[in-house]
Amino acid sequence: MSERILTQCTVGGPVKVHVKDGVITRIRPIILDDTDAPSWTIEARGRKFMPPRKTTTQTWIVPERTRVYAENRIKYPYRRKSFDPNGDRHSEMRGKDQYIRISWDEALDIVSGEMKRIREKYGPAAITAFTSSHHNFGLLHYKMGPLGRFFNMLGYTALIDNPDSWEGWHWGSIHTWGRWWHLGFSDSYNMLQDALKNTEMVVFWSVDPNSTGFMYGGQDNLIWRTWLKELGIKFVFIDPYCNTTASVFADKWLAPRPGTDAALAEAIAYVWIKEGTYDKWFIENRTTGFDEFKRHILGEDDGIARTPEWAAEICDIPASDVKALAREWATKKTMLANGAIFGATGASRQAYGTEFARLCILLMSMQGRGKPGVNFWGGTSAGAPHDFSFYMPGYASVGWDAFGQIARKSYFPDGNKVTQRCYRQFLPEAILNPPITWLGEGCCGESVEQQFKRYTCPEPGPNGAPIKMIYRHGGSYISTMNATNRWVQMYQSPNLEFVVMQDCHWQSETKFGDILLPACHNFERSDICEWGAAGGYGMNDCPNNHRIIIYQHKCVEPLGESKADYDIYTLLAERMGLKEEYTEGNSIEDWNRKMFDYCDLHKFMSYKEFKEKGYYVVPSLSPDQEQPVSGRWYYEGRPCDTPDPLNPKMGTDKAHELSTPSGKIEFVCQTLNNFDPDDNERPPMPRYIPSWEGYNTAELIDKYPLQLLTPHPRFSYHTHHDNKSLWLNDIPQHRVKKDGYAWWPVRIHPDDAEKRGINEGDIVKVYNGRGAVLCCAHVTERIRPGTVHAYEAGSNYDPLEPGKPGSVDRGGCMNLLTPSRAVSKNAPGQAFNSCLVEITKWEV
Amino acid sequence: MAKYGMVIDLKKCTGCYNCFLACRDEFAGNEYPGYSAAQPMSGQNWIRVLEKERGQYPKVKVAYTPVLCSHCEEATCISAAKDGAIYRRPDGIVIIDPVKAKGQKELVSSCPYRMIEWNEEQQVPQKCTLCAHLLDEGDKVPRCVEACPAGALVFGDLDDKTSEISRLMASTETEVIHPEYGLQESIKYLNLPREFIAGTVIYGDIDECAGNLTVTLRCEDGEKETKTNNFGDFEFEGLPDNKEYTVTIKAPNYKTQEFKVKTLIDVYLGRVVLGK
Repeated sequence: MSERILTQCTVGGPVKVHVKDGVITRIRPIILDDTDAPSWTIEARGRKFMPPRKTTTQTWIVPERTRVYAENRIKYPYRRKSFDPNGDRHSEMRGKDQYIRISWDEALDIVSGEMKRIREKYGPAAITAFTSSHHNFGLLHYKMGPLGRFFNMLGYTALIDNPDSWEGWHWGSIHTWGRWWHLGFSDSYNMLQDALKNTEMVVFWSVDPNSTGFMYGGQDNLIWRTWLKELGIKFVFIDPYCNTTASVFADKWLAPRPGTDAALAEAIAYVWIKEGTYDKWFIENRTTGFDEFKRHILGEDDGIARTPEWAAEICDIPASDVKALAREWATKKTMLANGAIFGATGASRQAYGTEFARLCILLMSMQGRGKPGVNFWGGTSAGAPHDFSFYMPGYASVGWDAFGQIARKSYFPDGNKVTQRCYRQFLPEAILNPPITWLGEGCCGESVEQQFKRYTCPEPGPNGAPIKMIYRHGGSYISTMNATNRWVQMYQSPNLEFVVMQDCHWQSETKFGDILLPACHNFERSDICEWGAAGGYGMNDCPNNHRIIIYQHKCVEPLGESKADYDIYTLLAERMGLKEEYTEGNSIEDWNRKMFDYCDLHKFMSYKEFKEKGYYVVPSLSPDQEQPVSGRWYYEGRPCDTPDPLNPKMGTDKAHELSTPSGKIEFVCQTLNNFDPDDNERPPMPRYIPSWEGYNTAELIDKYPLQLLTPHPRFSYHTHHDNKSLWLNDIPQHRVKKDGYAWWPVRIHPDDAEKRGINEGDIVKVYNGRGAVLCCAHVTERIRPGTVHAYEAGSNYDPLEPGKPGSVDRGGCMNLLTPSRAVSKNAPGQAFNSCLVEITKWEV
Repeated sequence: MAKYGMVIDLKKCTGCYNCFLACRDEFAGNEYPGYSAAQPMSGQNWIRVLEKERGQYPKVKVAYTPVLCSHCEEATCISAAKDGAIYRRPDGIVIIDPVKAKGQKELVSSCPYRMIEWNEEQQVPQKCTLCAHLLDEGDKVPRCVEACPAGALVFGDLDDKTSEISRLMASTETEVIHPEYGLQESIKYLNLPREFIAGTVIYGDIDECAGNLTVTLRCEDGEKETKTNNFGDFEFEGLPDNKEYTVTIKAPNYKTQEFKVKTLIDVYLGRVVLGK
């Protein structure tokens, strides 16, 4: 049989899937041809910059066929051996039980039967369901599509996500400059052009764009940084780890202690204030509260001047470097690259991360953010001259019912009749020790006030219910939430009567399920999408060189008895009497067709042509036209001229303002002042606050003297590729093969290694009071002394004593160690990088 | 007839391993009769990424060097092979005939770059084919080049004098990893890592970075100069291995500092504090 080549899309780029005899043989990028729209050109400094005529893929996508055919694919429905829905459930056996293959009918009967029983006995609020981010790609069938529609229709306790990659920005910067509709971030319109033409220096502060700046795209924007380097634009990196990007591109690497970035920011402000090298016009006309900030920085309020010497002591970087950085920043047109595509930074994922994020905005305000070459620029990873007037929604454009935009009836946001909410970060406590209470609605994208709303779970009153059932769809939180031995305890609780796991692979959490439902890979079902496009809060943050719309062909049959998520929910909906409402009579292909007709594609080609070619390249903007740049309108006092449909001031006579109470950037945040002026953990005016688990936390530092950093991984997207795409194990910075096992590397400075008698390649135990993880030591000069580094999301939870909370794990789940304490008392974000550990050699 | 070559610019390589993985995706479990037997599903590395950490905290960088069969004009493997089991095509690609080479395990050690692997299952030596089976069907580049997001791997026809590859190959800066082998390799490099000597100069009395100072590097062959930048940093990059140097740092009104350095490794002198 001859080879078929079919288009698909992934969380790391679009691909052409080669199929022979029903089996995937190869996976290649898309090479654009002459029938595709021409690429953009940017002329700057005497050069013409044009992107390559191909799509790139992230590393973890190249071996995607090993993920499709991974040994740990779940091919059949299973029941946990000692789980008897009509008798003893043996919840204590979750995590160490065996599994028995059952039929789809039996599995669906048990799942629907349990849902009915639990709804009847406790009410619909007793069921919660959730999914991990960035699971199998697609617009309609992405993580929240099939699941969201089903459970919103049924009614359930929605588990509130918090912005776990950019906590400080969300809980902090919204109060400084509004923008809650983008969860606190800047957008990146035409930043590439602005930077290539005007910028002289880029400060990469707590960001590793070569690892995370591609988001759901490929590695397209990598060449932008190569171009900037070729133009002689200086790159300064601030990160305790000489990260992947810094290690090849840095002109200067500054390595503050984790948790002290805010002190560094204050000292930079000190130099600018003392030397008068800030944009006084901008401060005067575009900000409020600077005088109070100035008094504070100079120490006129508390007697402590925030000098470079003061910061040097805290950050453990030389005062001379602080001064040199501040001066160069003030004299050069500087971009602050802050976070992956829109703010996702390690420095904001820690205790009091709100302060760092807010101070970043204040620093850029002091340099007149918005003038040519001076701006926020994510991870230098969005902002090519794309035409966003071509309409193609992203997977998050309509929240938790992607079908809703083309269905007769949408079930988001009003479909779910259950008002009870639970908070993901505290789900274990909600089940083990209810009730729990917290402040803020997770992702507060509708108003500032959402941050101040108090919730309790179970919800008091007749509509609330204790959570009795978890429906887990795709991914694993044991590797991505924090202090995750809590999750082991939670799953074993008898309070939890029923647990469903629906996934493609045996994940770290799968072995805690009572019933396992095998979902197929997205190469085994069809969809339609724009690559790298999230929509919603991430609207137009395109990290790629070309906007490309993909028809995601069903390339091969689902493995074993696995099924498309949509088909699984359809079968469940049938048993729950909701099939007609759920499907509206549509197959997956019917929905694809409706989406084609709904977006702008149908104006340019027929559905048949689209499917045959497999993709469409959206023409880019004309090179002759000056394009609006993010934030320039605010600098120049004009109404906002970049696309921002959710900005409440758009189209009003206040469209030139920000959405803070003053309409300006606020050094002293009014919204925080109104809520709690005495909050010393997120005061109205930001400042450095020593971490509750940092380098000088007296009660912990003697026992656990090393600060652990756990950034998003370089060679896996969350938990979705590690331990599945097995070729990744041949990348030594990803896993190290030793004694027949693939270990997760922990990076340690030679001085710290020597003190502990640790050599390169030794198996070591990384531990603290919350857990213990075995890793392979990589002794490296790339990490500052006193700090160790291991990526999060190692997704092979492999406890030496299965089913025992607190067991030593040898699979590399670093989040067993990270704290569950919130960023601060009123900011319920996660603080992964505020984590103290000790390391010892492990004798195997 | 084309004549193929590749130049790898290490300045652009970020160590993403796409080349390594794309190569494996093309060949693992896939047989291309006449070109190559199916590679086992894991274990072989026809293109490897060597990672070299350079320097000392906080002056560190990493050099990544993808290495593959060099498709040498004077290939030692060809002369070592029996029955013409390895041959060089007119376009320069060196191919191990998957049938004729059966059982010739000794060929694994015939390559001084150690780029031939042994396929235990098929009993055949194997290596990079530059994806000849794809080029023969009209593809423009091998999979490793196609997968490179950085443009670090440049591939093309050396007979086309206007091509980028011809321009790069003609440059005096391209080189091979082991010129002493004298193999006339078709895969060449730009910016192969050597050694650096770097430091950070501080005015001790005022604790300020000493920018714009002249730093001199002397060795038996002569001397060169550089300037410190705003952070007081200076760097001499691309120095040969195992050579003795003298670094001299002079500033008006400060005592001159001099360092004797041998480039056994990359050397960071740390903070050089100038006193009066």
